[in-house]
Amino acid sequence: MEFFRIKHDIPFMKYATVTTIVSAVTFVLAIFFLATKGLNLGVDFTGGTVVEVRYAQTADIQKIREHLMAQGFHDASVQNFGTSRDVLVRLPVKAGVTSAKLSEDVMAKLKQQTPDVTLQRVEFVGPQVGQELLYDGSLALLAVSLGIMIYLALRFEWRFSVAAIIANMHDVVIILGFFAFFQWEFSLTVLAGVLAILGYSVNESVVVFDRIRENFRKMRKASVPEIIDNAITRTMSRTIITHAMTETMVLSMLFFGGEPLFYFALALTIGIVFGIYSSVLVASPIVMWLGVSREDFVRTEKKQEAEMLP
Amino acid sequence: MNRYPLWKYIVVAVSLVIGLVYTLPNFYGESPAVQVSAAKPALKVDVSTLAVVEGALNGAKIPFQRSQLDSNSIKVRFADSDTQLKAKTVLEEQLGSDYVVALNLLTRSPGWLSALHALPMYLGLDLRGGVHFLLQVDMKAATDKAIDRYASDVRGTLREQKIQYLSVARQGEVVEVKFSDAAERDKAKDELSRKEGDLLLKDEQRGTDLYLVATMRPEAHKRRQELDVKQNLTTLRNRVNELGVSEPIIQQQGEDRIVVQLPGVQDTGRAKQILGRTATLELRMADFSDTEIAAATQGQIPLGAELLKERNGQPVLVRKNVVLTGEYITDASPGFDEHGRSAVHMTLDGRGARIFQQLTRENIGKRMAILLIEKGQAEVVTAPVIQTEIPGGRVQITGMSNSVEANDVALLLRAGALAAPMEIIEERTVGPSLGADNIDRGFHSTWIGFTGIALFMIFYYRMFGLIASFALGVNVLFLVALLSMLQATLTLPGIAGIALTVGMAIDANVLIFERIREELRNGTSPQAAIHAGFDRAWDTIFDSNITTLIAGFFLFWLGSGPVRGFAVVLCLGILTSMFSAVTVSRAVVNLSYGRMKRIEKLSIG
Repeated sequence: MEFFRIKHDIPFMKYATVTTIVSAVTFVLAIFFLATKGLNLGVDFTGGTVVEVRYAQTADIQKIREHLMAQGFHDASVQNFGTSRDVLVRLPVKAGVTSAKLSEDVMAKLKQQTPDVTLQRVEFVGPQVGQELLYDGSLALLAVSLGIMIYLALRFEWRFSVAAIIANMHDVVIILGFFAFFQWEFSLTVLAGVLAILGYSVNESVVVFDRIRENFRKMRKASVPEIIDNAITRTMSRTIITHAMTETMVLSMLFFGGEPLFYFALALTIGIVFGIYSSVLVASPIVMWLGVSREDFVRTEKKQEAEMLP
Repeated sequence: MNRYPLWKYIVVAVSLVIGLVYTLPNFYGESPAVQVSAAKPALKVDVSTLAVVEGALNGAKIPFQRSQLDSNSIKVRFADSDTQLKAKTVLEEQLGSDYVVALNLLTRSPGWLSALHALPMYLGLDLRGGVHFLLQVDMKAATDKAIDRYASDVRGTLREQKIQYLSVARQGEVVEVKFSDAAERDKAKDELSRKEGDLLLKDEQRGTDLYLVATMRPEAHKRRQELDVKQNLTTLRNRVNELGVSEPIIQQQGEDRIVVQLPGVQDTGRAKQILGRTATLELRMADFSDTEIAAATQGQIPLGAELLKERNGQPVLVRKNVVLTGEYITDASPGFDEHGRSAVHMTLDGRGARIFQQLTRENIGKRMAILLIEKGQAEVVTAPVIQTEIPGGRVQITGMSNSVEANDVALLLRAGALAAPMEIIEERTVGPSLGADNIDRGFHSTWIGFTGIALFMIFYYRMFGLIASFALGVNVLFLVALLSMLQATLTLPGIAGIALTVGMAIDANVLIFERIREELRNGTSPQAAIHAGFDRAWDTIFDSNITTLIAGFFLFWLGSGPVRGFAVVLCLGILTSMFSAVTVSRAVVNLSYGRMKRIEKLSIG
């Protein structure tokens, strides 16, 4: 069984301008939505209180909302969470009022209205902690990008490193753009997913770059676009099957992992889909335009040989 | 060419056996248990306690399965949670407040596994339910308190030495003493620099006024803060004992924060109340004769007095009038008196010392009592007899039976109260049913995804797909075994990490198999194709895993809580997958194909 038995190399580089424009437009759109709508940051980053409760019967959201309003929780947001019996109450940070005691007060008021409500989860994050988590998260994103760049620069050469990091930062921005556009909640777990996908989709570029390097040595007469086309075509089968396998797992989490893993899996899904596209159809053209040539590799090879001599 | 040397097969086989053994405890499940530990450091849990526990359970006709004595606790297992709850009530009644009786869940895995330290994975709070608090110690308040104390010490010293001064005032973080005479100021400076080593003294002149400005030395300030956090930690530990939590975690985080994790605790309100409680120490007179005490035990309590019990159960009659409170105690440490008997050395601040000196001068030969008041209940920590007048605020308390008790009393004097106020700045509570749901959903999705991948791989790569699926299963086995061995905390994002590494680990096998197919297409012989596939793909596998490892490393470094759990699993999973997808799968390929002389066709789809 073989899905991808491709006789001739597909001329990807002929369409390089088109594919790059497509991704540039997506990228600009993502930036636009990030700038105008902004991320819907979760309680981890903004600080605040989240109380998840479960009712014995279907919960009447409207009545719960009115009850909490009447009790003085004016900025409480009440919504269903997963099933019709699960309810999520969110309270933003308010100077002087927000404290660890708030969740107890809310719970007491809910019990007053319906005695058979049970507490499932409380998250209270002080504003200071939220800011620290946001800072650490941004720092992690930066550190991972730099770390990968340095590794690729050492392992290949600077053009590959620049191309790979542009392609993958573009993935990250697009994931964030989706979260901004749909106003999905961006939590600490989602951030972890984004970072993992950053490391993962660089793999894709690495595999293609490995082939490009190999081809430069083997295909002496071919032009640079031909070499890149051949590398992409020959790794395509592996690319699609690997990503399909990872996506099988991620979809399994998306559908069966329940509410806590939903947005995590969603971020991974977007990351995987755009990861294939960008590392193949964005990273490779950039390498080409940055002016990679056979001499870059032949020279390094000679240098290596020279070093090996006693 | 596709043969491993014997040692490689042995390495693979041994690692498989180790993986199996350490994964095994996770399959046995847990049985409800009750854990008994001492509430005070002075008490030990030993064979006699075990006998008391077993006797109490037998007496109440409560059937139990197995009881064991650890280094510091007794664990008794029960068939179901109803019996467990009944047993807890019985044991609490029987053992009293000296012991903590906590509910726990213990693995049902057989003794020989536990002997190998093969334990089930350590579940995080989001999987087993419980409370996580992050507390911020208010250092500003602690410093304020310390500076107030210095101001009063300075005042006391100057008065004692009869040095003329105009005023002692606290200005922000400094203490200013105003003088009218330069000679007096010099005298004061000499005296204070001798007595108050923690203070930095500086002369200042403002107009015609002469000042001596005292600030806290930076190193003294730092030491003070460290001590305050340590004391808060100790106090919190004592209080958590009261909650009856089986495996609490109380740790310092950073300079001025404390993490408290209480697995299984549901009543967060009560937990918050107990953690935030303020206990106070009081010193009162207990100058009553034995006949008066005897009469009091019969119900004839004198006016203005109350009957309390000492820690050893001895009744003490104590006046209600408070002479001194714990605020005046600056330090307490265990030690020995001049006769080599166990004693506690207590240091009072300037004002406390003066009050104490007067008290001791007037009451030689009489008994006093130091009480710990918590939740409106008083407990007598110690009730010594005053031997002589005590000046200078250095108090020696004897009458302790041994050094363990002295240690205990010193701890109570020091840590009865919080050194600095604390505030909860983060709380995460997960109910037990949600925790169980999270486990179910996490593993459910992992297995569904795993099955999907395995089915496709077998369909697409046939025999080789089957080998890859086996290697994938081995990867999960190694990962779970490693997590169990390291007792790393497994969180819900951690389970997601297991799933994700499974989804990513298959990449290595796909890479290898695609290479083998390519080699076959180019006309290479089957044996040579297998060899080339495994060899050439290794570089790429290594490169592509390194980048994910970089992401995992920074996530571990900068992440917190559950995300850290994800990072740990991600990093470990990548390492195990390199071994399982390359070495283990190759071992199987070598075993099945490497021995054949001629292969017509590879079953690789």
